[in-house]
Amino acid sequence: MPRVIALTGNHAVAYAVKLAKPDVIAAYPITPQSPIVEKLSEMIESGELKSSMIRVESEHSALAACFGAAVAGARVFTATSSQGLLYMHEVVHWASRARIPMVMALVSRTINTPWNIWPDHSDFVDQRDAGWIMAYAMDNQEAFDLTLQAFKISEDPSVYLPVMIGIEGFILSHTAMPVEILDEKQVEEWLGERKQPYIVDGSEPLGLGGLTPPEDTEDMFYGIQVAMEKSKDTIRRVDREYGKLFGREYGGLVSCYNCSDAKYFAVAMGSWSGDLIEATSKLRDEGYSLGVVRVRFYRPFPHEDLWGTLRGAKGVFVFDRAISFGAWGPIYTDLVAGLLQYTSKLPPVVNVVAGIAGVHVGAEDFYEVLKSLIGQVESGLEHGYFKWVRVRR
Amino acid sequence: MVRVVKPEENYKLPLTKPVVGVAGKTGLWRTMRPVVDNEKCTRCYQCEIYCPVNVIRVEPELGVTIDYEYCKGCGICEDVCPRSAIVMVPEPGE
Repeated sequence: MPRVIALTGNHAVAYAVKLAKPDVIAAYPITPQSPIVEKLSEMIESGELKSSMIRVESEHSALAACFGAAVAGARVFTATSSQGLLYMHEVVHWASRARIPMVMALVSRTINTPWNIWPDHSDFVDQRDAGWIMAYAMDNQEAFDLTLQAFKISEDPSVYLPVMIGIEGFILSHTAMPVEILDEKQVEEWLGERKQPYIVDGSEPLGLGGLTPPEDTEDMFYGIQVAMEKSKDTIRRVDREYGKLFGREYGGLVSCYNCSDAKYFAVAMGSWSGDLIEATSKLRDEGYSLGVVRVRFYRPFPHEDLWGTLRGAKGVFVFDRAISFGAWGPIYTDLVAGLLQYTSKLPPVVNVVAGIAGVHVGAEDFYEVLKSLIGQVESGLEHGYFKWVRVRR
Repeated sequence: MVRVVKPEENYKLPLTKPVVGVAGKTGLWRTMRPVVDNEKCTRCYQCEIYCPVNVIRVEPELGVTIDYEYCKGCGICEDVCPRSAIVMVPEPGE
């Protein structure tokens, strides 16, 4: 039977992984991710979870162990943060380019240096071009739901790509909220057996990733792009299925709040979207016509959904919790390029970079920034669309 | 449990199966050719064991045969032969 218990974001992920019954888990401890695999270790120790936990000497090895096991046919899981993910980065590409389904939880933490354990999205967006499906949760329940859905999406024959689920360190990872845990049998039935495009287990001689001429290699990468495009429908279908079975549907690649009649839109990803929604509710009460689009999936980038919602907007405000130094926020760049697929006439699309290195940005900050930006657009803002807002208290 | 299901799109996967000559006639790369004197050969099999591209066969009656289509001329067989029954000679130039 489903039951509701108070769980931190980390433990919500661990409980979802438990229901997915991975054969192999390999991870290396790092703040703020460690409680995920600590919880999974406890579950293995007590016999609740029948997985092999491979203890490794580094994150590079953690993902390599997962990759090897997955190639041989195992459902696998790993989790990491920040520097750990950077250390994994080579194998991150291995998994996607080999088209091997697997799931990783990323508990975001600002990239060094200086040493900083607070969350921004820098580690997550840094994996942008690696060929993983990348989703980001807003709260602990969504972290639970997305983790389970990740296995389903990753192992779908229209996709066969690894999936990364992001949550912010501490904001979600170490704070608790009521989370509904699903029924084991029901999940097992829905998730089904693991599927993958091939298995290398020694039963026949097979080489993986050998020297391949440019044309064949390009064909393989083209296949990844096609799979990324196809995965959008799979993501939407899995979200709907999950909604029907378990009662929570999120809107597919994006979630919209008060969008149907809005003239202005704020776009964001992750937990601070909650503060943003709170701020826009207040602004709506004051008569501002404002909706929020929350990016749930960053790869594949949901340009169709964004165009569907943002077409006809008078102004769009994109909040990025990461900065591509020397350019703009990563979501902003993709959003502008995405909208330009449909129109050459864009309304003012403003980029607000904030919350970098874990600086707290609350509903009151969103309220002030949005009020000011809408005022500027109404009085004819034509340039200076990039703003790095450094909140100080 | 795991099941192999082909991907929906039909693009290539980074997999290879071992077949003869998958990388072309690698013997064309050779600048030095191993030449065997089977009178000297004692059928010790060292050349067959050490050949890195697996083109040498030693038979009790025939002695050493080398598949020159794929022999790259590395000279390891000459090096490991205890009786100097294999000698590397330059390939004729064009």
